[in-house]
Amino acid sequence: MNNNIIECSDVSIYYGPTQAIRNVDITFPKSSVTAFIGPSGCGKSTFLRSLNRMNDLIPNTRVTGEILLDKEDIYSDAIKVDQLRKKVGMVFQKPNPFYKSIYDNIAFAPKYYGKKKKELDEIVESSLRKAALWDEVKDRLHKSAYALSGGQQQRLCIARAIALKPDILLLDEPTASLDPLSTQKIENLVVELKQEYTIIIVTHNLHQAARISDSTAFFYMGNLIEHTETKKMFTKPSQKKTEDYITGRFG
Amino acid sequence: MSKQKWENTLGRTLTLICAAILLITAISITYFIGSKGLATFFKNDVSIGEFLTGTQWNPDGEPGKFGAFPFIFGSFVVTFLAVAIAAPLSIGAAIYMTEIKPRFGKKVLKPVIELLVGIPSVVYGFIGLSVLVPFIRNTFDDTMGFSILAGGIVLSVMIIPTITSLAADALEAVPQDLRNASLALGATRWQTIWRVVLRTALPGILTAMVLGMSRAFGEALAVQMVIGNTTALPTSILDPTNTLTSGITANMGNTIAGTVANNALWSMSLLLLIMSFVFILLIRLIGKKKVM
Amino acid sequence: MNAKLANRVATIIITSFAYLIILILAGLLGYILYNGLSVIDWDFVTSPPESLSAGGGIGPQLFNSFYLLILTMLITTPLGLGAGIYLSQYAPKNKLTNGIRTSIEVLSSLPSIVVGLFGLLIFVTYTGWGYSLISGALALAVFNLPLMVRITEEAIETVPKEQIEASLALGISKWKTITHVILPAAIPGILTGTILASGRVFGEAAALLFTAGMSSPALDFTSMDITSSSHPLNPFRPAETLAVHIWKVNTEGLIPDAREVADGASAILVLSVLVFNITARWFGSWIYRRITSHS
Repeated sequence: MNNNIIECSDVSIYYGPTQAIRNVDITFPKSSVTAFIGPSGCGKSTFLRSLNRMNDLIPNTRVTGEILLDKEDIYSDAIKVDQLRKKVGMVFQKPNPFYKSIYDNIAFAPKYYGKKKKELDEIVESSLRKAALWDEVKDRLHKSAYALSGGQQQRLCIARAIALKPDILLLDEPTASLDPLSTQKIENLVVELKQEYTIIIVTHNLHQAARISDSTAFFYMGNLIEHTETKKMFTKPSQKKTEDYITGRFG
Repeated sequence: MSKQKWENTLGRTLTLICAAILLITAISITYFIGSKGLATFFKNDVSIGEFLTGTQWNPDGEPGKFGAFPFIFGSFVVTFLAVAIAAPLSIGAAIYMTEIKPRFGKKVLKPVIELLVGIPSVVYGFIGLSVLVPFIRNTFDDTMGFSILAGGIVLSVMIIPTITSLAADALEAVPQDLRNASLALGATRWQTIWRVVLRTALPGILTAMVLGMSRAFGEALAVQMVIGNTTALPTSILDPTNTLTSGITANMGNTIAGTVANNALWSMSLLLLIMSFVFILLIRLIGKKKVM
Repeated sequence: MNAKLANRVATIIITSFAYLIILILAGLLGYILYNGLSVIDWDFVTSPPESLSAGGGIGPQLFNSFYLLILTMLITTPLGLGAGIYLSQYAPKNKLTNGIRTSIEVLSSLPSIVVGLFGLLIFVTYTGWGYSLISGALALAVFNLPLMVRITEEAIETVPKEQIEASLALGISKWKTITHVILPAAIPGILTGTILASGRVFGEAAALLFTAGMSSPALDFTSMDITSSSHPLNPFRPAETLAVHIWKVNTEGLIPDAREVADGASAILVLSVLVFNITARWFGSWIYRRITSHS
C-alpha cells in the first residue's frame, strides 16, 4: 500500500480567463514536510489553497484535474467542504487570531463540532503544548489573544488548527511577518509536528525550505518544474530553471 | 440535512427576508402615496394642470379651488435660497477644514459639524421662530417676519452641517499626490485648490449640495414654523408664503379622510415623493460622470 | 491681480466663511443651552404639561421620547442587522439585490413627513391602531431602517478578511462564521452607529405628528393594567414626544409660557443629542481598545 495521503493529477486552476496553475502532478507522503518554493506569483499559494478549497471563496475560480485525499476526490459533490477543511488545517501568512480570548480561539472550532466543556479544557491544553505555547500562556488563557506577540499569535494559530486533529496542515508563508527568533521557534515546531501531521509549507525563504522540509517543490509561472528530495534539490537539481532559482539568478 | 446546512439555509433566508422588507416598504410607500395622490385627479376629477399651475387654493370653496402652485413655488424658492446661502459657506468651511487647517479641521471642526447634523429640525425651527422672525420684523418695515427669507435662512443653517461634512469628505478623498504635484509646479495654494482639488472633488461636492437640497425640500416642521402659511403667491422675499410640506403639516389634521380637500394633500405628498426620486436620479447622474 | 495676492484674498475669504459658520453654530448651541438651562429643573422634567396656564412640565413627553426610541430600536435593530448581513455576505449580483439597494436609497431620502403620512395610512388607519406608540415606532422604523442597514454593512466591511478566512479554514459554516466571528468583530461599529442613529430618532417630529399623535393621555405610573391608556407602557396609547411638543406649543399651544417650555425642551433635546454623540464616540473607542488591546 502506498503511503501517499494526497495525490494530485493534472490539476489546473483558473481565475476567470487566466490560468494560474498548469497541469500539476504531485503527491504528498504521510508524516512528511513538503515545501513549496518559487518566485512571487508563481502559483504556489494558489495551489496550496486548492488543497482545502479556500479558493472557493474567490469568485470565478475553477479547478480541473483530480485532487485525492485518502483516495477521495475533494472536488466531488459528495465532499462536504466543512469536513474537508476540518481534516486539512491552515495557517496564514499574517497571524489572524480571532478577537477572542486565547482559550476561545482554540476552543471555538472543537466546540462547534460538539466537544463538551471538559474535553475542551484538555484540547486547549494539549494543542497549546503541541504548539510550544502552553508555558507562556497558561496563566492568562482568558486574556485577549491580541495581548500576545506576533510570534506567539502565529503559534496560537497553529494550535488552533491542530485542535481539530487534522491529518494535514497547510502553512502559507507562516513566518513571513515574524522576527528571526520567532521564525526559528516556528521552524522547530514544524519539525516536531511532522510526527503527527502531514505538513505542506509555502515559503519565500530557501534556507527555511532547506532546513525543515523532506521534499521541495519548485513552482514557476504556474508550472511545477521539479519536485524531489530537499537534499537533492539544493545540491543537484535536475532542471536548469531550478538551479538558476536556488542559486539566486532570479526570483 | 445536517444541522450546519440547515442553519446556513435558515440564516440566509432570514436575512433575505429582512432585506426584502426594505424593498416591500419602498414599493408600498410608492404605491400607496401614488394611488392616494392620484385619486384627486382620477376620482375627484381635479385637473392636473390646475393643480400644478393654478394659483387659487380653496378646497372648501364652492366650487373648490385646487391650485397648488403657490406651495410648489414656495418649496422651490426656499430650497434654492437655502442652498444659495449654505453652499458657498459650507464649501468654504470644508476647504478650510481640509486644505488650510487640516489638523484642527479633523480633530475639532469635523466632529462638531457632524454632531450638528444630528440637531433635531424642530430646534432649528424654534430658534428661527424666536430669534429670526422677530429680527426680520424689527429690521424691515411692514413685515410680520414670517417670510421666505426666514424659511431660507433656517433651512440653510439646518443644511450647512450636512453639506460641510459631505463636502469635506469629498475634498479629503482627493489624493495628496495631486496637490503635491501642483504645488511642486509652483502653483500657490489657492491655485492648487481651485484648479486641482475642487475640480477633482466636484462630483462629491455636487452630491453634497443635492443632498442638502433634498433635505431642505423635504423638511416640514422647521419651515412650517417660520414661513407664515399663507396661500397667496409672494411678491417679495419678505412675504410669507407656504410650502408643500408645511401645507400638508398644517392641514392634514384638519381635513377628513376621503374628501377632495384631504386627497389634494396626498397629491402634494406625491409631489414630494416624486421630487425625492428626482434628487436620487440627479445624484446618480453626478456619480456616473467621473469628471464634469 | 497676481497669484500671490489672489492666494491671500482667497485664504482670507475661506477662513472668514469658516469662522462665520463656527460663529453661527456656536451661537445657536449657546443660545439654546443658555436659555434652556435656566428653565430646566426637576419639576420641569417630571411634571405633566398644562394646557392653558403657565408652569407645566414635559414629564410625559420626555418619557414618551425614550419609550418610543426603545420601541423603534427593538424593531429596527434586528431588521437592519439582518438586511445588512444579507447585503454584505450573501447578496448575489442580480436584479433583486439592485432593487433592494435602490429601495434603501429611496427610503433614506424620503422626506420624513411622507414617511409619517405612509404611517398614517397603514399603521394608524388601516390596522385601526389609531394614533399610538406602535404606529409611531413603525413609522420611525421605516425612517431609520435604511440608516441601520448602512451602519451594519459598513461595520461588517471593516472586519478584516483574515478573520473570515481563519474561521472558514477551520471548517466552520458560513452562518456560524457570520454570527460568531464577523458580528462580534463588527459590534463596535454597529453600536457606535446605532447610538448615533438613536439621536436622530429621538429628535424626529414630522414623521410622528400623524402616527404617534400630538397628545398624550395622563400617565399613571402606578397603573398595573397595560391595556389602560394611562399605563405608560401601553404601546397602543397615543404619545406626544418632546420634539413634537416643541412644535405644538409654538404653533397651536395656548399656554402663556410656551416660550419657556420650548426653551427647556429644546435644550433637553440638544443635550440628549450631545450625550448620544459623546457616548457613541467614547463607547466605540473603548470597545475597540478592549478587543484589540495589547496589554
